[in-house]
Amino acid sequence: MNPEAYRRKQRLQKIGVWILIVAVLVVMLFPFYWMILTSFRSQVDNTSPVPVWFFEPTLDNYRNVIQRNDFLRYTWNSFVIAFLSTGFGLVLGLPAAYSIARFKQNGLALAILVARLTPYITYLVPWYIAFRQLRMIDTFTALTLTHLIVGLPLIVWIMISFFEDVPRELEEAAFVDGASRLSTFFRIVLPISGPGIVAASILAFIFSWNQFLFSLVLSGPNTQPVPVAVFNFISYGQIDFGGLGAAAVLITLPVVLLTLFIQRYIVTGLTMGAVKG
Amino acid sequence: MRRAGDFVERNAAWLFPLPAVIALIVLILLPMLANFVIALHDWFIGRDPTFIGLQNFTDAFADRRFYNGIRNTLLFTGVAVPVQLVLGMAIAVLFSREMPAKGLIRTIILLPMVATPVAIALIWALMFNPSLGVLNHFLESLGLARSLWVADSNLALPSLIMVDVWQWTPMVSLILIAALQGVPSEHYEAARIDGANGWQAFWHVTLPAVRGAVVVALILRCIDALKTFDIIYVITGGGPGTATETLNVYAFRTGFEFFRAGYAATLLIFLMFLVLGIAIVLNLARRRAA
Repeated sequence: MNPEAYRRKQRLQKIGVWILIVAVLVVMLFPFYWMILTSFRSQVDNTSPVPVWFFEPTLDNYRNVIQRNDFLRYTWNSFVIAFLSTGFGLVLGLPAAYSIARFKQNGLALAILVARLTPYITYLVPWYIAFRQLRMIDTFTALTLTHLIVGLPLIVWIMISFFEDVPRELEEAAFVDGASRLSTFFRIVLPISGPGIVAASILAFIFSWNQFLFSLVLSGPNTQPVPVAVFNFISYGQIDFGGLGAAAVLITLPVVLLTLFIQRYIVTGLTMGAVKG
Repeated sequence: MRRAGDFVERNAAWLFPLPAVIALIVLILLPMLANFVIALHDWFIGRDPTFIGLQNFTDAFADRRFYNGIRNTLLFTGVAVPVQLVLGMAIAVLFSREMPAKGLIRTIILLPMVATPVAIALIWALMFNPSLGVLNHFLESLGLARSLWVADSNLALPSLIMVDVWQWTPMVSLILIAALQGVPSEHYEAARIDGANGWQAFWHVTLPAVRGAVVVALILRCIDALKTFDIIYVITGGGPGTATETLNVYAFRTGFEFFRAGYAATLLIFLMFLVLGIAIVLNLARRRAA
């Protein structure tokens, strides 16, 4: 092959690769793009038999969703549940992760992994019966406790690798100075692991925010979080395309923003530490 | 006070994880065990349970919806996961090269898996809509016939698999991209000097080097695919009829739409053993491969 032909072949190959890369990105982004378009289109444009790509954007859908459907209250509910379950998850998870990292408690790590592997729905029937008996359906306590099961394993598994990276010498120096294990944990280990704690908290928060199954069964008029509220929109007769689009955008937006901060840790979290970010 | 400090000092190894362990016992272990008790009863939520021994289990073995659920669960996982592995590998290789805007591209890849599943399900439901959905518009512009998508009982499960592939192929890709970064570039150079073409280099250099990561992705995806709930329940609710009713969804309907807690618990015990069984088998295979 002469050099000219070789170069041309290489260039063609390069163009082909880029076409593929762009195609992949387009497929990944399209549903989001469509969601946003739908949210800014009027009901007439949304129900046109031929998709309308260019149109006068309207904020009506957002106005409707927020005003008529009490969206802000559901958002607040979601926030409260995610915030409390994440906080509770940190209180329980940080010392556990430290202990697993320091004392090599692999059995405990495995037990927490089982919590992640078992289908969540397995716990739901007994929980429902128990919470019903205790008159705790539709309480933030029940939702926080159950969402804890989503966040706690994430927090523990992310923090194990962070705590393993804390140099032992640092702790030993503190012990020599007469510090107790407890104060070493609070004054040295936790501050050093700050970035890890932030990442783990955000991840736990996102997963509680996204949780649907537990909230579907255990929430009610007082505690309903956004995903369940939005799911209930569909049952009301005629489908309001724009409203659904706007609601979908509003639920997803906070998650996407939070994701930007902790990109590196998302895969670590989702794979329970099998892949380091 | 000093004595309390000493006590913590000596017993840190079990005091530190104690709160988490208690939470796990109360919230996970007890419910798991409770399922076995509930499954022995005719337990309609809100009424008094009656002990019926193993009746629920024998009922399950005679229940066509139970087998249908197992079939759909295995079909969903068995098709979605291999497709994700192949596509995920292709995308990982494609995206491993040097390119501009790498950070932005990585963020885009993350979106499908972090976005709220209910929102994703709603958008796909709109796109699947047989009369107004944009997917049928695409089919028509390509000169193809319109499809009923999730409204057709033969196409409903494949359509849901498509959503799962869209949602989770990125995770496989990211796992494999991380693994590909660990393959020394000298190996590729050596292969090229030996006269290997791109495909041979992939087959003999890349694939063996990332085998471990492929197995990790396989295990994680299988476990999560077996318990897929949100996408299925929101888009089809298990329908049309029971065409997309996985064991997961069937158990949910039994427990929380028909309030038959005893039978739901029975189904969940089967589901739990199915998932744990597959997890253990895959893990053994991984150890043998390593």
